[in-house]
Amino acid sequence: MAHIVLDKLAHSYKPSPKGPDDYALKQIDMAWEQGGAYALLGPSGCGKTTLLNIISGLVVPTAGRILFDDRDVTRLPTEARNIAQVFQFPVVYDTLTVGENLAFPLKNRKVPRETIAQRVAEIARLLDLTPLIGRKARNLTPDLKQKISLGRGLVRADVAAILFDEPLTVIDPLIKWQLRSTLKELHRRLDMTMIYVTHDQTEALTFADKVVVMHEGAVVQSGTPDELFARPAHTFVGHFIGSPGMNVLPCRVDGDTARIDGTAIRLARAYDALPPAARIELGIRPEFATVHPKGHGVAVRVTRVDDLGRARIARVELAGKPLAATVPEHVRLDGQDAVLAFDPAHIHVYADGRLVVGQPV
Amino acid sequence: MNKTVNPKAWFLVLPVFAVVAFSAIIPLMTVVNYSVQDTFGNNQFFWNGLGWYQELLDPRTEFGGRFFDALWRSLLFSAIILAIEVPLGILVALSMPRRGIAVAFTLVVMALPLLIPWNVVGTIWQVFARTDIGLFGYLIERAGIDYNYTQGVLSAWITIIIMDVWHWTSLVALLCYAGLKSIPDAYYQAARIDGASRLAVFTTIQLPKMRRVLLIAVLLRFMDSFMIYTEPFVLTGGGPGNATTFLSIDLVKLALGQFDLGKAAAMSIVYNLIILAVCWVFYTVMVNVDVERRVARAATADAADAAALPAAAPVAVAGRTA
Repeated sequence: MAHIVLDKLAHSYKPSPKGPDDYALKQIDMAWEQGGAYALLGPSGCGKTTLLNIISGLVVPTAGRILFDDRDVTRLPTEARNIAQVFQFPVVYDTLTVGENLAFPLKNRKVPRETIAQRVAEIARLLDLTPLIGRKARNLTPDLKQKISLGRGLVRADVAAILFDEPLTVIDPLIKWQLRSTLKELHRRLDMTMIYVTHDQTEALTFADKVVVMHEGAVVQSGTPDELFARPAHTFVGHFIGSPGMNVLPCRVDGDTARIDGTAIRLARAYDALPPAARIELGIRPEFATVHPKGHGVAVRVTRVDDLGRARIARVELAGKPLAATVPEHVRLDGQDAVLAFDPAHIHVYADGRLVVGQPV
Repeated sequence: MNKTVNPKAWFLVLPVFAVVAFSAIIPLMTVVNYSVQDTFGNNQFFWNGLGWYQELLDPRTEFGGRFFDALWRSLLFSAIILAIEVPLGILVALSMPRRGIAVAFTLVVMALPLLIPWNVVGTIWQVFARTDIGLFGYLIERAGIDYNYTQGVLSAWITIIIMDVWHWTSLVALLCYAGLKSIPDAYYQAARIDGASRLAVFTTIQLPKMRRVLLIAVLLRFMDSFMIYTEPFVLTGGGPGNATTFLSIDLVKLALGQFDLGKAAAMSIVYNLIILAVCWVFYTVMVNVDVERRVARAATADAADAAALPAAAPVAVAGRTA
């Protein structure tokens, strides 16, 4: 049980890093609350696994400190930290039975035999592994093996946090869903910090209370799934989260009006102090841009309409630039010409990729 | 897909039969032919039936006694070789570097003994172990130990064993190294998180993962050491006396030294059958391990279904409300 603090943490795999480009993980300051469910979300190679390995102690960071409940553990070896980790590929000890696998971490720590038996029985029941307890772990399916790896973490009473490194990668889609629900259920029942690394936004958004989005070794935003959706702090977040992602359009902004090649769009807030040399972009999610056959709005050309089941997404061109927008229910589009209406409250302005908060008009 | 049944397809196998006939069956039949006859040269043969075999398998006869002596020697030699080279090979593999330029260097050094022709190995050790001009033998004698591989039975055996260990441990080590390299890092990381000791890592991760290559290593080393000929022939010539006359050496003495072709042929066949039998035992062990696994897998699948059911039910409900 612990509160985990990352204090000015940075890591480079090169022996003597010079510029910021040498860092696999740029400086991070963050606090993880006891009992929270966190997700580290980002594309491959963004540094999320490095961060996870630093927390678990498999990697010693180049700079900064990690505190567990105010105790500095930066240089403590993995086995001395109260951390459990579930890896991308299931790790089970082939020659041991499921029960022996679960008992393994306790046996290594010289826990009394009666306590081991009791803990193993409890965790097996929690993970629905009781019927398999006497089986060899060798020939089980990947999802059961992942449950065993998870169980080896849970079985230790002193575990401060469980780290998951893309644990569902090798699991069948259907079972993936079940296992994710099991994890969520476990998190509710056991008051335990869980940190979940993934590149799959659905996994991150459904699992976590708080999602940390990483991009090129830096944290670009951390917040609840709703915050990430409604107010992406970086165009990367807008693009990476949501399906399809946020539309990002280069534009010019004067006060409360944005211009895209001469097309004017009204904004809800005024942006007077934009840095002059910065790249200015408009971010709008397809959910807040609607296409109508005619009416008030910006003229666009419809190139395609995709029916995603829960919504219809129109691919349109606005002043020659591609854009995704929602087609409202019961609206029929005829021909290529249509108009696009925006919800001004959900239009964001970005300078060099970062969100700019304007002044109220 | 419908499979068509056409017996004529058997004709396609004929070329293989022809090749195998010339490469194996016909030469083997010659040996079988010799083993049931006696000859004094001049292409004159006398039918002897199973006579040679009866004599060979009866330890009370001179021929049989000699055969069984050599057989025990060979078996003892193979047992000692396996007992030393397998654990030593594992130990060497465990201490080999995993990354960096040291890997290439170690691999080359390890492979060197494997590249030396057998009779050269014998010659190297024949000189190396001499007490007058060989460094090894000289040092041993200087250390005050009575050592002479041409006269002492124990010295001769120890020399041959050390020579074989020097020559072939690399093979076991390289095979084990390949097995070790195939273990993903996550296993070691998980073991660290689980607080496993060095010994626990070896018994629960490394040894099980090396099992398959070890089986191959044991099989290869058994066959090679059981059929060893060149090195002891060069080093000791089977002596002192008959102390290092293994089956293969005895066979050559019989066939080419005494020109007892009938006896030698019978011995060849039995020798061959022993190797086949041992290989069959290894093969059966391998297959049976898999059979056990298949049964276990079927049972596990049932249990897994049972385990998955209660988990699936609340999930489905949760899915609907979500």
